[in-house]
Amino acid sequence: MKMFRFIAAGLAAALSLTAIGSTAYAAGGGTKPPSHEWHHAGPFGTYDRHAIQRGFQVYQEICASCHALGQMSFRNLGQRGGPFEDGNFPNPNDNPIVMQIAASYQIMDGPNDDGDMFERAGIPADTYPSPFENEQQARASNGGAYPPDLSLIVRARGYGEDYIYGLLTGYHDAPEGYDLAPGQYYNDYFPGNAIAMAPPIMDDMITYADGTEATMEQMAEDVTVFLTWVGDPHMEARKQTGWMVLIYLFIFTIIVYLAYRQIWANVKH
Amino acid sequence: MSGPSTYEPKSGFTRWLDSRLPIIRLGWDSFVDFPTPRNLNYWWTFGGILAVFLVIQIVTGIILAMHYVPHELYAFDSVERIRRDVNYGWMIQSMHANGASFFFVAVYLHMFRGLYYGSYKAPREVLWILGVVIYLLMMATAFMGYVLPWGQMSYWGAIVITNLVAAVPFVGDAIREWLWGGFSVGQSTLNRFFSLHYLLPFIIAGVVGLHIWALHVPGNGNPVGLEARKGDDNKKDTLPFHPYYTVKDAFAILVYLMVFCVFVFFLPNVLGHADNFIEANPLSTPAHIVPEWYFLPFYAILRAVTFDIGPIDAKLGGVLAMFGAIAILFVLPWLDTSKVRSMRYRPLTRWFFGFFVVAALGLGWCGAKNPDDYVLGMTGFKFLYLGQFLTLYYFAYFLVILPVMGIVEKPKKRPASIEAAVLGTA
Repeated sequence: MKMFRFIAAGLAAALSLTAIGSTAYAAGGGTKPPSHEWHHAGPFGTYDRHAIQRGFQVYQEICASCHALGQMSFRNLGQRGGPFEDGNFPNPNDNPIVMQIAASYQIMDGPNDDGDMFERAGIPADTYPSPFENEQQARASNGGAYPPDLSLIVRARGYGEDYIYGLLTGYHDAPEGYDLAPGQYYNDYFPGNAIAMAPPIMDDMITYADGTEATMEQMAEDVTVFLTWVGDPHMEARKQTGWMVLIYLFIFTIIVYLAYRQIWANVKH
Repeated sequence: MSGPSTYEPKSGFTRWLDSRLPIIRLGWDSFVDFPTPRNLNYWWTFGGILAVFLVIQIVTGIILAMHYVPHELYAFDSVERIRRDVNYGWMIQSMHANGASFFFVAVYLHMFRGLYYGSYKAPREVLWILGVVIYLLMMATAFMGYVLPWGQMSYWGAIVITNLVAAVPFVGDAIREWLWGGFSVGQSTLNRFFSLHYLLPFIIAGVVGLHIWALHVPGNGNPVGLEARKGDDNKKDTLPFHPYYTVKDAFAILVYLMVFCVFVFFLPNVLGHADNFIEANPLSTPAHIVPEWYFLPFYAILRAVTFDIGPIDAKLGGVLAMFGAIAILFVLPWLDTSKVRSMRYRPLTRWFFGFFVVAALGLGWCGAKNPDDYVLGMTGFKFLYLGQFLTLYYFAYFLVILPVMGIVEKPKKRPASIEAAVLGTA
């Protein structure tokens, strides 16, 4: 059947596209981290809401002392698909948990009518405050290394969430003969292996609000899920819309195919 | 093939309009009554698919331009804002970025169709040349569009590509500065690329108009490569475009859109590069700078020339080879000496064509790899050598194989007419 040959050709083209795309994609260097099973993977995957909440706590209490999250506003925490989404508050700016989190930060605002800058409590519309004023200050406080903004860190790395999880759990003593400069640590998955970030998380560093045991692996996994959500906050809506679009197109295609068969039924071609 | 018009205005208004601006007649003659060979296969549906994708790109692009900020400090964040805060911005941005890829998939299949069935041969040379012009405009548009998100690959890709013009002897540096609007890729470059990226699609739309005009003078080619007969026999060889090909194209467009939507909604970033989620940073060069997948074969040809040829140094040689790879398509109608259009009746040349397709895909593979890496781990066999061999074949196909084959090859017996081919009688 011509139609099946056509569809087969289409699929072959799509597959080779993906193959070429992923070869270009993976050309980032570094060891391939082991692949992890993520709740949000696959065409039906959704974020594990509890994991994002715990991950936000890990970020807040550990990562946020060095890493900014410049693309995220407090209101995002309460939006559809976010960790503190609440059906009673469709407008996340009204969400009490979000308001409370925002208010716990002091935000520099101004200038006021006297021309002075001033500090005030945060509101949901504020972006998450950065730990440093600028890159120079961040480098000065971190031995010359610049802790990157984590808003897009999962998307900006070749192996995505597997890389982040691998990096957080991949610290070891340097193998014999490997020279580490002072202030550097050996990591299995960081390109070149010498990373300036000290092992950031250890067992029981924080106490989870929901009582989950705070092992290193648990915290690494939770914060990775949180950062995946920050990088792709509309993933759930995207997949749901995708299924509706595909179902619609599929039915439409069948109808058009039947019309095609009928119109061409008595035509030699 | 386009015969006398059969349009008859029915109402008073259409009669009045027809004697003043016969635009309904134009539409009727071009897309309803237009006689189309009855034996077109699915490879002929990509023209319609391309028209749909041009519209998708223009519509999504206009919406994106309402929110995008062409400034070196804000461009990256403005794209991120579109993905996060603009209503359905994540969908529109994904459609536009993946739409470019699917536009190129369709145009490559359309071009390979033309190469296999000899669509470039008389009397369709101008039609083919206009197609190559569209392809060049598409490449320029796609390149400048990829710069706009101002990620690391955008920025460094722009540097690599604009540096190519510096290879031009004597005036290269001056042209490069003129392109940049300064002494490096920066604010002026981004701003003018945005302006041109908005302009070129409308020029593409104009050339597409000419392309369709040039198509409708001789009419469609077809898989057997015979012209539809004139006069009374015309009806036996052709069918009116509507409803026969409107419904067939619609079916193909829908199937293609389904594959497109799988990428838009489930794999939105798989065709992009992770480094482009890092904001452009002039102080940090990415480990490997690779262009978008649809440019990879030409990137491999650019890098294949690693040696000086007389007064031409390796860099200029690579640039000439890369542009030559496209320029050669303009003269293709006069390089192929065979009078037989369709490869179905060219038993030897079709094998060379098959390997040409493999070579084009192989060049794409080489373009994605580091030229010093070994092919499939075979020590000594670098991607550079594979790229050089395939580049040689690419040019040999046009400059040696097609001209010679037209003379030495004995084509198979062709049917007497399209009607005879359809009925299976010779």
